[in-house]
Amino acid sequence: MNLNATLFAQLVVFLILAWFTMKFVWPPIMKALDERAGKIADGLAAADKAKADLAHAEKKASEELRKARESAAEFRSGAEKQVAQLIEEARAEGARIVNAAREAAENEAAAASQRAREALREHVAVLAVAGAERILRKEINAQAHAELLTQLKSEL
Amino acid sequence: MAAEHAPNASEYIVHHLTHLNSLGHKQAALVDWSVFHLDTLFWSASLGLLAVLILALAAARATSGVPGRFQAAVEILVEMVESQSKSIVHGDRSFIAPLALTVFIWIFFMNAMDLLPLDLLPRVWGGVYAAAGHDPAHAYLRIVPTADLNATLGMSLGVLLLCLYYSVKIKGFGGWMHELFTAPFGSHPVLYPINFAMQLIEFVAKTVSHGMRLFGNMYAGELIFMLIALMGAAWAGTFGSGLLWLGGVFAGTVWAIFHILIITLQAFIFMMLTLVYIGQAHESH
Repeated sequence: MNLNATLFAQLVVFLILAWFTMKFVWPPIMKALDERAGKIADGLAAADKAKADLAHAEKKASEELRKARESAAEFRSGAEKQVAQLIEEARAEGARIVNAAREAAENEAAAASQRAREALREHVAVLAVAGAERILRKEINAQAHAELLTQLKSEL
Repeated sequence: MAAEHAPNASEYIVHHLTHLNSLGHKQAALVDWSVFHLDTLFWSASLGLLAVLILALAAARATSGVPGRFQAAVEILVEMVESQSKSIVHGDRSFIAPLALTVFIWIFFMNAMDLLPLDLLPRVWGGVYAAAGHDPAHAYLRIVPTADLNATLGMSLGVLLLCLYYSVKIKGFGGWMHELFTAPFGSHPVLYPINFAMQLIEFVAKTVSHGMRLFGNMYAGELIFMLIALMGAAWAGTFGSGLLWLGGVFAGTVWAIFHILIITLQAFIFMMLTLVYIGQAHESH
């Protein structure tokens, strides 16, 4: 346990080693540590952001789904309305066609019966004349008796 | 052991406690500034170099990506020192924090030399000495630099110089002088000499206790290893000496395990006190 110049040598070595550490050891390690801390902070922030984005996207998706469902329901009710209208129109058209056909048939039938009636009248007039001729045994002058015949025809 | 006679216990311990110095024989005067302890210089410088090279290797490989085990271990130390220095020293720590890291690792390495087998390196040195044609009985070697008061006082003196430097740097020379004469008792002409004397005592006490604490712990630890080694060396073929040998093995194991705690703790204490003293230089009373 003696004191000697070793003491000062140790002092110098001490300061040199500390200087070396300050110059070459400390800065790179602290830089790496700070950089890693930064990276971790960034990673955590990115994870948070991704989580928020996911929630946002989910909300948006459900919103879209709801909208699609609504518009589909709208389409369906519109289509049903249109179908009902088409059926209604078709029914009306059908009725109109049936009525028109019936009317035409009735008209035709009326005309035919009129014609038959006219022809019958003709025949009846001829038969009446022939009968009268037979009764009178003489020929009736058609022209002379045209007025009479016409009167007869209209009376039938 | 020397061929002629085995050293007795006292000779063994004295031999182990004698430094390899630039005189070639034991320093007679208590203080002699012309003498160097070559063993302390060699081992402390080598271990210091080893410490900073290991740190420099970690620094060179440091990446901000996923760290390996080695890098993580160094980073744990750096973070520990960084957080301690941050909480103690308020100011620019660009030199102080690396200083604390160096102090911790270097002293840990020097203390750890205590865990090597006590006679291993001195015996190797004795062999080298004998091969060089000298008497191996005079081949002195102490391998624990922190068990040399010169080494620990040298470091605590370095801390004192840094304290003075930072006192002047932070407070200015005038501010520091003002503090030297007015703290701790107050600003009054009658109190100036008392304050100054107190400050001087404080600086001396801090520095001496700083160096002495580490030296005392490591010196005492080394001495106990020697006593345990003597116990183991008592083996002489008899039952009693066999028990002593077993006791030596047991005590050596227990003391070495306990010493792992001591070497780490002393390195940590020296680092913390370094930070505390330099931190005090940053604060006004």
